[in-house]
Amino acid sequence: MATRHDTAAPPAEGGAAPGRPPADPVSLEKERRRRDRLSRRWQRDIRWSPYAFVSPFFLLFVAFGLFPLIYTGWASLHQVELTAPTDMNWVGLRNYTRIFDDEFFWNAAKNTLTIGIISTVPQLLMAMGIAHLLNYKLRASTFFRVAMLAPYATSIAAASLVFVLLFGRDYGMINWALDMVGINPVDWQNDKWYSQIAVSTIIIWRWTGYNTLIYLAAMQAIPQDLYESAALDGANRWQQFIHVTLPALRPTILFTCVVSTIGASQVFGEPLLFDANQGTSGGAEHQFQTLGLYLYEQGWVAHHLGRASAIAWTMFLFLIVIGIVNYVISRRLRASS
Amino acid sequence: MTTTVTPPDAPPPGAPVKESKRPRLPKAARAGGQLHGGPIAYAILIVFTIVSLFPLVWTAIAASRDNQRLAQTPPPFWFGSGLFDKLEIAWKDANLGEAFFNTTIVAGTSALTIVFLSTIAGFAFAKLRFRGRGALMLIVIGTMMVPPQLSVIPLYMMVAKLDWTDQLQAVIFPSLVSAFGVFFMRQYLIQALPDEIIEAARVDGASSWRVVWHVVFPAARPAMAVLGMLTFVQTWNDFMWPFLVLTQMGNPTVQVAVAGLGRGYTPDQSLIMAGALLGTLPLLLVFAIFGKQIVGGIMQGAVKG
Repeated sequence: MATRHDTAAPPAEGGAAPGRPPADPVSLEKERRRRDRLSRRWQRDIRWSPYAFVSPFFLLFVAFGLFPLIYTGWASLHQVELTAPTDMNWVGLRNYTRIFDDEFFWNAAKNTLTIGIISTVPQLLMAMGIAHLLNYKLRASTFFRVAMLAPYATSIAAASLVFVLLFGRDYGMINWALDMVGINPVDWQNDKWYSQIAVSTIIIWRWTGYNTLIYLAAMQAIPQDLYESAALDGANRWQQFIHVTLPALRPTILFTCVVSTIGASQVFGEPLLFDANQGTSGGAEHQFQTLGLYLYEQGWVAHHLGRASAIAWTMFLFLIVIGIVNYVISRRLRASS
Repeated sequence: MTTTVTPPDAPPPGAPVKESKRPRLPKAARAGGQLHGGPIAYAILIVFTIVSLFPLVWTAIAASRDNQRLAQTPPPFWFGSGLFDKLEIAWKDANLGEAFFNTTIVAGTSALTIVFLSTIAGFAFAKLRFRGRGALMLIVIGTMMVPPQLSVIPLYMMVAKLDWTDQLQAVIFPSLVSAFGVFFMRQYLIQALPDEIIEAARVDGASSWRVVWHVVFPAARPAMAVLGMLTFVQTWNDFMWPFLVLTQMGNPTVQVAVAGLGRGYTPDQSLIMAGALLGTLPLLLVFAIFGKQIVGGIMQGAVKG
């Protein structure tokens, strides 16, 4: 190996290589050509190896990421049935007009929005509070962090099934606990708002710890001098939190909002498994059917893949709108500060 | 603090001021800094820890009780005697042996591939200069925003066309790409891999692949381990895509098998809990062992993200 190191020395340094015996013109010429060859190989390596390193990712990405994205848009303009996915009939925008006329689509869109809000807002607020506490010097802080992250290791399936039992109407632990404090039992599965709260609880439980760690990481990156100067200016802890911590966390908060919004738009497994009737309608009266579940129902139960594609693209457009709104708000915030 | 050699108020000109050399402030002024948590902080954290862990513990409690007991108030708060029997039945009913094997293959393959591909791509984005780098990186970041539902339908068509339905490769192939992984490794390598080391290896005549093998991989090992674990956890827990393509239940992953237990006609609650527990247990073990590193990895990814 050591010899190869030697011979592969880059030409830029090559001329100065010490200890080479002086040679006759023929071998000098040979040597020169050898160096040219190496130099070309070297140039090629420098030039093309970055592409070699990124191309496997992009090849897989084009096949399993980009192509499906575009193809979904294409399929949404056709009538395609699950039973014969290769038979595509051009229908223009009919899939879109049909789902816009469909009351279940709007119901699912509204549910996705409300579940998104009641799962994301408390989740991020709690995560912020816990992160603030964990930012103190604590005994067993690693234990707390790992324990808070444990739900993240739990799957949607396991978590949903456990919460179905905990939220049981007659013998569930949550109703029992409510009863203990004198609150009437709640029909967690059939009442519209309570069922949405229950579905959101599963999401909150699984993701709060993860967001906590992200906030905590950002908090630990805030320079201590900012707090010191704020304290010197007479700011109490709450004012320090408002005037130092929150502004420093703004990019992280924005990041978690975007990620949670995307996550919330895709909620699928929780409402699917929370349904006592084991259907895909999100409860007997569609009370917690999300867009993800509606897409599944249209595509895999009703076999209308074209219509399901239109739902998917509509979700995508919603997200783009939310992304633009996010961007505008963050620019406003930055401009005002 | 007692070992400071140079006086703290006279740093050499141009030298970066180190934190330890700053003059100490009066105690009141440091109030905003690293405070010790008081009893209230501990109390709140303990409550949240219990809320975090309780559903997991209760899964085991419910799995150890029979259905009559689960259909009574108050609900059970402590273990019964039936845990191991139920686990055994759930193991057989949901065919969890095969499911574990399948899921290990899927999660293992995707974790190894993603770690390898993300490391070399992340290295290129972090340390190599090439045309189109900025634009390509923007694409990588952009794809992190695309919801997976968008690709589900054409992926399903592809899988159907390739006759892969109900086969493991249908789950494996789409999970081999991770934009997050590329981003994560790039962020790590920018900092963890000094340019001088790469240059030194170059001067010694190492080709790009040798640099990757002998310099990048050793430097990236901690991040590779974290990314591998995160990917493994994520793939292990993935539900939607396996649920869609492994429809015949002949060849399920753990999550599909566990969900299947809950979707029978007469659901046996404690059996479902036993299945849920079995499906989660391996990851909880991983967490118990590597929890600290995983936490560190998530926080590391977050700071630079």
